[in-house]
Amino acid sequence: MLKLSDVQTFYGNIKALKGISIEIEQGEIVTLIGANGAGKTTTLMSISGIVPTRAGDISFEGRSITRMTPNDIVSLGICHVPEGRRIFPYLSVLENLDMGAFLRNDRSEVAKDLEYVLDLFPILAQRRHQAGGTLSGGEQQMLAISRALMARPRLLLLDEPSLGLAPLVVKRIFEIIEKINAENNTTIFLVEQNANLALKVAHRGYVMENGYITLSDKSRHLLANEDIRKAYLGI
Amino acid sequence: MDLEYFFELFLGGLTRGSIYALIALGYTMVYGIVELINFAHGEIYMIGAFTGLIVAGLLTLLGWPALAILVIASIAAMIYSCAYGWTMEKIAYKPLRKAPRLSALISAIGMSLFLQNYVLLAQTPDFLPFPNLIPEFDFLEPIEHIARSSEILIYAVTAVVMVTLTLLIKFTRMGKAMRATSQDREMAMLVGVNVNRVISMTFILGSATAALGGVLIASHIGQINYYIGFLAGIKAFVAAVLGGIGSMPGAVIGSLVLGWSESFFTGYISSDYEDVFAFLFLVVILIFRPSGILGRKESDKV
Repeated sequence: MLKLSDVQTFYGNIKALKGISIEIEQGEIVTLIGANGAGKTTTLMSISGIVPTRAGDISFEGRSITRMTPNDIVSLGICHVPEGRRIFPYLSVLENLDMGAFLRNDRSEVAKDLEYVLDLFPILAQRRHQAGGTLSGGEQQMLAISRALMARPRLLLLDEPSLGLAPLVVKRIFEIIEKINAENNTTIFLVEQNANLALKVAHRGYVMENGYITLSDKSRHLLANEDIRKAYLGI
Repeated sequence: MDLEYFFELFLGGLTRGSIYALIALGYTMVYGIVELINFAHGEIYMIGAFTGLIVAGLLTLLGWPALAILVIASIAAMIYSCAYGWTMEKIAYKPLRKAPRLSALISAIGMSLFLQNYVLLAQTPDFLPFPNLIPEFDFLEPIEHIARSSEILIYAVTAVVMVTLTLLIKFTRMGKAMRATSQDREMAMLVGVNVNRVISMTFILGSATAALGGVLIASHIGQINYYIGFLAGIKAFVAAVLGGIGSMPGAVIGSLVLGWSESFFTGYISSDYEDVFAFLFLVVILIFRPSGILGRKESDKV
């Protein structure tokens, strides 16, 4: 479904991605783990077209999206929940959700999806008229995921959904991630520093170090891998 | 105290404030979206006034009625200024979008000087008489000694523009895209907003309102030259900062506050110090409210 071939991305003269290749199949949950500064966020930013790719190719369902603008990429069904949630602070919860469906014209279906996400996270229904910036971190993360779901994505890119959240909230978020994948067959590409958690929900994982993919395997193999356990799982 | 004199000053301030508001909206919208002080915005207002003058002159020769001339001249000025605003963004600001903010600011000042001198050369350095396009309305006769019909028209047009823009921002698709872009540009891209189009639209809207203000005030005052955009632009900029730059209601309130303070200081104290009072007021307000009357404090990113 999504294929990155030898992708290189630069910030000025600094090479952030040094030629990475990743492949994701329809319906999978794939995780990308690695330390701070390894290039995980840059990978997602390159996919969604925010940071231009200098060399290599990114294709979605056989079609190259390397040179497309972010809004065209969104219109293909790729939705990105960026790190830090990035809720529109002065828009209400409902307006934030409405922005998620910005490119859609099928009003009745959008209304259905709104019901679906409010059902998924009932707390958002309670807070519907509150400004996004006044929500707690956990609520903002729920809103960020819901906003992305409002676009009815076929591929969901999640960047550090557990960052800065209480363990109980993290657990809830990860349950929902699995649920979205199981119920809607939405493909999910999950970037996480919390490798233990990510590998438990993902089918496959990639390990990133200093702009390179150093390892890729089924999640359970990675969880069992001695080096991975030492480096990322703290065991 | 002479109440009628007070009322006269009040309405005079309202006129100034309305015109400042029409220009200040452009400053504040552009700042809200791209965080750039578009110093060439006053020149768009001036170009609007010149376009109005040319079209009005042409139609007067053809013997059209005054009201029709006013409407057509305003529309022509708005369209022409929109084209300028749009082009200006494409050639002077878009290439610098990722550059340090100072570069874009210098580019804006350059654009302002360029447009001033272009009009100076293409037209004339002298003041040109602007025909009074606004007919005296009969039903306004009882209050004519305090407010001319041109002033009444300026209030009405300003009010209509404010309400229209507010509804536009609140309810249309483009308005939603503009609000999202002003709050978090990158995130707006990630939900599918075409940010380039939003930025162009912002320049177009701001230019249209400024041009409208240009035609109305030129018709009210009766003369224009290539330099009118400079002081009007600076004052409107002050008004936008006073109200809280980036906030649309703030721009309107700031403009009215500035218009009234100028008018009252001039009327009760001395007209020689008009601009001094205006800027003194700015300094005082910014000491106590650095982000302006309705300005938001920068929210901390979590």
